[in-house]
Amino acid sequence: MQPLLRMQGINKSFAGVAALTSAELEIAPGEVHAVIGQNGAGKSTLIKILTGVYRKDSGDIEFEGNPLNAQSPREAQDAGIATIYQELSLVPLRSVTENVIMGYEPRNKLGLVDWKAAHTRSREILAGFGITIDVTQPLGSYSTAIQQLTAIARAVSLNARLVIMDEPTSSLDDREVETLFGVVRALKDKGVSVIYISHFLDELFHICDRATIMRDGQTVAVREIAESTKLSLIADMLGRDPEEIAAAGMTDLGGGVRETGELLLEAKDLKTDRNLRDVSVSVHKGEIVGLGGLLGSGRTEAARAIFAMDKLRNGFVRTTARPNGFSDPADAIRSGIGFLTEDRKAEGIVPEMTVRENMTLALLPKLIKNGAIDRERETEIVEKFVKALGIKLASIEQPIRELSGGNQQKVLLARWLALEPDLLILDEPTRGVDVGAKFEIQSIIREYVEKGVGVLLISSEFEELVEGADRIVVLQEGTSVTELQNPGITEESLIGAIAQSHDGATA
Amino acid sequence: MLDTNAFDLRKYLQGNGQSVGVWIALVVVVLFGAMRYDNFTGAYNISSFLNYNSMFIAIALGMCFVIMTGGIDLSVGSVVAFTSVCVAYLSPYGIQVALPGGILAGMAIGSINAFFVIKMRIPPFIATLATMLGAKGGALVIAGRQTISVDWTSNFTKFGMENVGGLLPWSIISVAILAVGLWIVLERTSIGRTVEAIGGGEDATRMMGLPVDRAKAFVYILSGGCAGLAGVILASGFGAGQPLEGVGWELSAIASVVVGGTLLTGGMGSVPATVAGALLLGLVFNILNFENGRGVISISAYWQMVVRGMFLFVVILLQARVSRATKKQGV
Repeated sequence: MQPLLRMQGINKSFAGVAALTSAELEIAPGEVHAVIGQNGAGKSTLIKILTGVYRKDSGDIEFEGNPLNAQSPREAQDAGIATIYQELSLVPLRSVTENVIMGYEPRNKLGLVDWKAAHTRSREILAGFGITIDVTQPLGSYSTAIQQLTAIARAVSLNARLVIMDEPTSSLDDREVETLFGVVRALKDKGVSVIYISHFLDELFHICDRATIMRDGQTVAVREIAESTKLSLIADMLGRDPEEIAAAGMTDLGGGVRETGELLLEAKDLKTDRNLRDVSVSVHKGEIVGLGGLLGSGRTEAARAIFAMDKLRNGFVRTTARPNGFSDPADAIRSGIGFLTEDRKAEGIVPEMTVRENMTLALLPKLIKNGAIDRERETEIVEKFVKALGIKLASIEQPIRELSGGNQQKVLLARWLALEPDLLILDEPTRGVDVGAKFEIQSIIREYVEKGVGVLLISSEFEELVEGADRIVVLQEGTSVTELQNPGITEESLIGAIAQSHDGATA
Repeated sequence: MLDTNAFDLRKYLQGNGQSVGVWIALVVVVLFGAMRYDNFTGAYNISSFLNYNSMFIAIALGMCFVIMTGGIDLSVGSVVAFTSVCVAYLSPYGIQVALPGGILAGMAIGSINAFFVIKMRIPPFIATLATMLGAKGGALVIAGRQTISVDWTSNFTKFGMENVGGLLPWSIISVAILAVGLWIVLERTSIGRTVEAIGGGEDATRMMGLPVDRAKAFVYILSGGCAGLAGVILASGFGAGQPLEGVGWELSAIASVVVGGTLLTGGMGSVPATVAGALLLGLVFNILNFENGRGVISISAYWQMVVRGMFLFVVILLQARVSRATKKQGV
């Protein structure tokens, strides 16, 4: 059968760095097709080229047998490719009808909008997806799921032949996900194709026909979902041998418990409103505990819960000093916890402030002498850490934004080390820094652990976890499912645990 | 570097590139005035210039702190009018009652702003717009829609009129003390550092355990208090509580802050540069007055505003250029 979409030999680089190297994607008519891959595999770049957000450097795109070279999202839309974004581009204060038919309103003889016909038409369109709601109400009065479905309905009513859904279920609850799946199936029945991007692999087995797997900017495999297992898909994503992973995963589960030092912090049955369902983890003195899992498994969410940034719905966090947990981040910091966040730009640095000011922000309460900041001690501490961590800068009075990523990260690490914490939560401490800085940051962490600091380490790099952590708590969909013990953890056994432990049926 | 002075200047430029423009412009304008007009540097001109502009410096300083958190305070002009009326009524009790009374009245309105912004989560623009209208109405109500003359028999008017040691009135000295105090707060205290951090990223600041709500309350109450001080200066220096005064002053204050290199998005700011910004804006009027006084040309008040707008534009352009140039050399 003639494919609906064929992308071939797509190349794209950003500032000389290749993001896509002869990537391919082929979508059959009426098929639900998953595109999966690790962060940075090139999924979103490929999709953005298709939808006209980026220009490709070279390669061919054919849509319905004709060459397509969308220069803007609008052109892709006119060609019949609709994208449903996570942040919806609808108008929540206007009625459902207005959102569905905006720009294509039926007119009466006087050229005015015929509202009666408009409401009927939008009711028909939505009914086609099994949604019956009062279309005269503002769209914003309905749930996110309904809003998303309205966006899909609008796209299809505008004659889309290919609908792209980017992480459509990330903000939906279980029942809403079912409704969404119903709509995807309805699209399929209408002969509309769907590109489905999700990091929840379980979902693919429910609704997808095939999956294109990407890795390092290349298309590495196209699989029939019916003939795949979660394990085999993960193996494809990571470029490993599935049998090796399976074997390693079986042998290394449930090792003995080796306790290092006294218990620093215990978190049990944590549940929050942010995709965290049931996570338990404990950290001892002089121990690195890793949180392993795929994107969206709840690693960062678990750290946020421990640090009292999100409200606990269930479970508890306790330390010797705080048997009832922390009331807010300031309280956690006072009890000797530091949290190096994953998002350096949004939650870490204050770009216009100097290196000195950035480094001592969390330390400020301890730097006050007679009501004022003790600048001498401040400078002394900053210079000590600049030297100890090998931070490269022109002056400590330089705005931090002028530093390289690796050096910014070292400043942020110093911010927490200066507090002399008992426990450090490190979320992706080496993301986006060069290899040299990465090695340096890792050895700094090691050094502090040997002095007795406990570390909760979150990393998407399996190598970093396997080599760094004494224990790894494996998370899946917001639940801690198993724990691996070093020595003895290999990347394969970790991947095996991530893929299998929750998933006896498909593995 | 061989020359240590040159090195220090470079270091200063690196940290304060944004505010270099205002200092250059200030020096140029002062030199221009001093060379062109006879009495420009005379004691009378300096004293009356500073006396009038001390009010603008006061509200610009409060505004600078609010803007550093990424907020805005539109109510300051109305608060000046409101407190000038309040202190006119308090003037028989002397400056020792009227000064704290006026500052407290301003801080009370600042507290309302803080409550709306922090507790009710209303955007600062809207919240302070509401108190701007409220304070203006309040001023007109308690003044009975007319100017309230102060009590000339008490020591109240000495605050704004009598020169200390024959040099400068108390009003200017009080604003100078305020500026130095706020400079220390910003550079040397934890609350000042927190204010800057909030503008850089509120979530990040909260995450670091810094008292975000307390710092935000501080800036709005501070801004109200500064406007209160300006109200006292207004009533005492001009001998009347003036419910109709202060219109558009909030915009002058914002302009001073921006000219001083503070980012409207928050995250960084400078007390001395804000003072310089306020002085610069005042000087442009002062110079236009001198120019009119020469009798060669006559520039109407409306054209003065146009000239001032153009001047603002030039200073900001200059600033952008200088800061870009220092950034290039900086690293």
